Amino acid sequence: MAGQTKTAHFFDKLPHDKRRPRALITGDKAFKAFTASVASIVVLIIGLMTYYLYLGSRPSIDRFGAGFIVGTEWDPVKGAFGALPLILGTLTTSALALLIALPLSLGVALALSEYMPKKFSNVFSFLVELLAAVPSVVYGLWGLYVLIPFLREVVYPPIRSSLGFLPLFSGPIYGGGVLTASLLLAIMITPIMSAIMRDLFALTPSTLKEAAIALGATKWEAVKLMISYARSGIVAATILGLGRALGEAMAVTMVIGNKFQLLPSSLFDAWYTMAAILANEFIEATDELHISALINVGLLLLVINLIVLICARLIVWRYLKVAGGIMRE
Amino acid sequence: MTSAYKMEVENLNAWYGSNHVLIDINMKIKDRAVTAIMGPSGCGKTTFIRCLNRMHELVPRARVTGKVVFDGVNIYDDNVDPTWVRRRIGMVFQKPNPFPMLSVYDNVAFGPRIHGIRDRKLLDKIVRQSLEMASLWEEVKNDLRRPASALSGGQQQRLCIARALALEPEVILMDEPTSHLDPISAAKIEMLIRKLAERYTIVIVTHNMQQAARVSDYVAFLYMGKLVEYGPTKEVFERPRNELTEKYVTGKIS
Repeated sequence: MAGQTKTAHFFDKLPHDKRRPRALITGDKAFKAFTASVASIVVLIIGLMTYYLYLGSRPSIDRFGAGFIVGTEWDPVKGAFGALPLILGTLTTSALALLIALPLSLGVALALSEYMPKKFSNVFSFLVELLAAVPSVVYGLWGLYVLIPFLREVVYPPIRSSLGFLPLFSGPIYGGGVLTASLLLAIMITPIMSAIMRDLFALTPSTLKEAAIALGATKWEAVKLMISYARSGIVAATILGLGRALGEAMAVTMVIGNKFQLLPSSLFDAWYTMAAILANEFIEATDELHISALINVGLLLLVINLIVLICARLIVWRYLKVAGGIMRE
Repeated sequence: MTSAYKMEVENLNAWYGSNHVLIDINMKIKDRAVTAIMGPSGCGKTTFIRCLNRMHELVPRARVTGKVVFDGVNIYDDNVDPTWVRRRIGMVFQKPNPFPMLSVYDNVAFGPRIHGIRDRKLLDKIVRQSLEMASLWEEVKNDLRRPASALSGGQQQRLCIARALALEPEVILMDEPTSHLDPISAAKIEMLIRKLAERYTIVIVTHNMQQAARVSDYVAFLYMGKLVEYGPTKEVFERPRNELTEKYVTGKIS
């Protein structure tokens, strides 16, 4: 009882005004305005970027229209530009990179969060994060001087001699090429993907694993359950990796061979990607139509990225729907 | 199995690192009865039942010595597979922990599936029987595909019981199964425990003395890692032999 009167007494001393103190209201409003303006800057930047890319692409769009997307020729001298080979190159290398990076990063993340003793996993986690911060030019140089010779001398020859009957693995080996670029991209996106996935697994409630173990599950069975629990996050991490792979210019252009052709003859053959051609030709381009075509490629890359992101969102939402109240906890 | 005891605990000691949490526990657990483990917080109740299905050893730096004999087999023998132990001795946790991303059906079928049952008809039957046994069937039978996370807390806990029952265990360990539930859901679980005791051996940890008195046939009182008193529930509550037990049941220590 005594305590009750005391608090009542305390509140009596507060102003009887029904509105909250003015300072609080202005603070609240100021913060709200601040967050709103920061958020709108993001929208503004994307909007302006798209607008100026569109503006720069106008000569190319006016000249080629949708033909730019399906065109298969790229000749600055003749003034003929079509981006289909670049689009295919970008999508293929990114998809291959993802195919390689997904199991790899799942493995790294599980090793770090589940299988390694804590002492080691702290050190390894740090190294993985360090890898994620290495600039892409460094990856490109490493690809050029270490990965390419290694693949050319050690890895590719036995692959060709055993799987050479498949068109995918036949033809001359240059060292650089589609598969090399995909591998390098995979190596580049694995660190960020595994770092995110490790955090995901660390956040998975331990009660989940405990429940499985108590039902006589082996560790692997419990881990599989954990993967299925974290699946929407895994999709999100994968999308992040995909976004990076689609837009990667420097490292790819250093190892892919930069050959403009509709389809390569094999995975060992050279190819080109949208970001790679931008990195390569933009500085040298002088002709207005050529510059415009390159900007048009940039616009397409943005659009493709947007489409991929939207698809990924849809997948995540669908998963969340299937999983019902998974987020309610 | 001629003995009336389902499990016999001999000289059980348990540690977390250097912290000695269970000291020389000897206890025989009756078959097809409810044995309640009660005692103040931190007395080792939870550790004790986690030693009965080898869940204790999952904690880093945890250690156990002594024997737990289950149907004539010491579950801590080197040649005993812990997954076998946990299949025969089921467990229900303090906080309902169904697999939230799986459906009601898949939650119950999880255990049978990982132990090799693939036949759809058989799984259907197991799921239905387990849910009936856990008094949940009537509430979920029309929508077994619903995610487990959509159920209420009390339903989730009964789902966890069904999930444990699906493996046809012989013993069910329950770690304060009602402490996160509202009184009505808790009462349902208590009724269910009495029903299950006709077929299973149940060991339940509770910090709630009234609950121990209501549901158990035998009761053990743990205090600071030691087994202070163990006997038929009525005797322990009405004529405690140990002074500490008396203090506890009369609410002088908690």
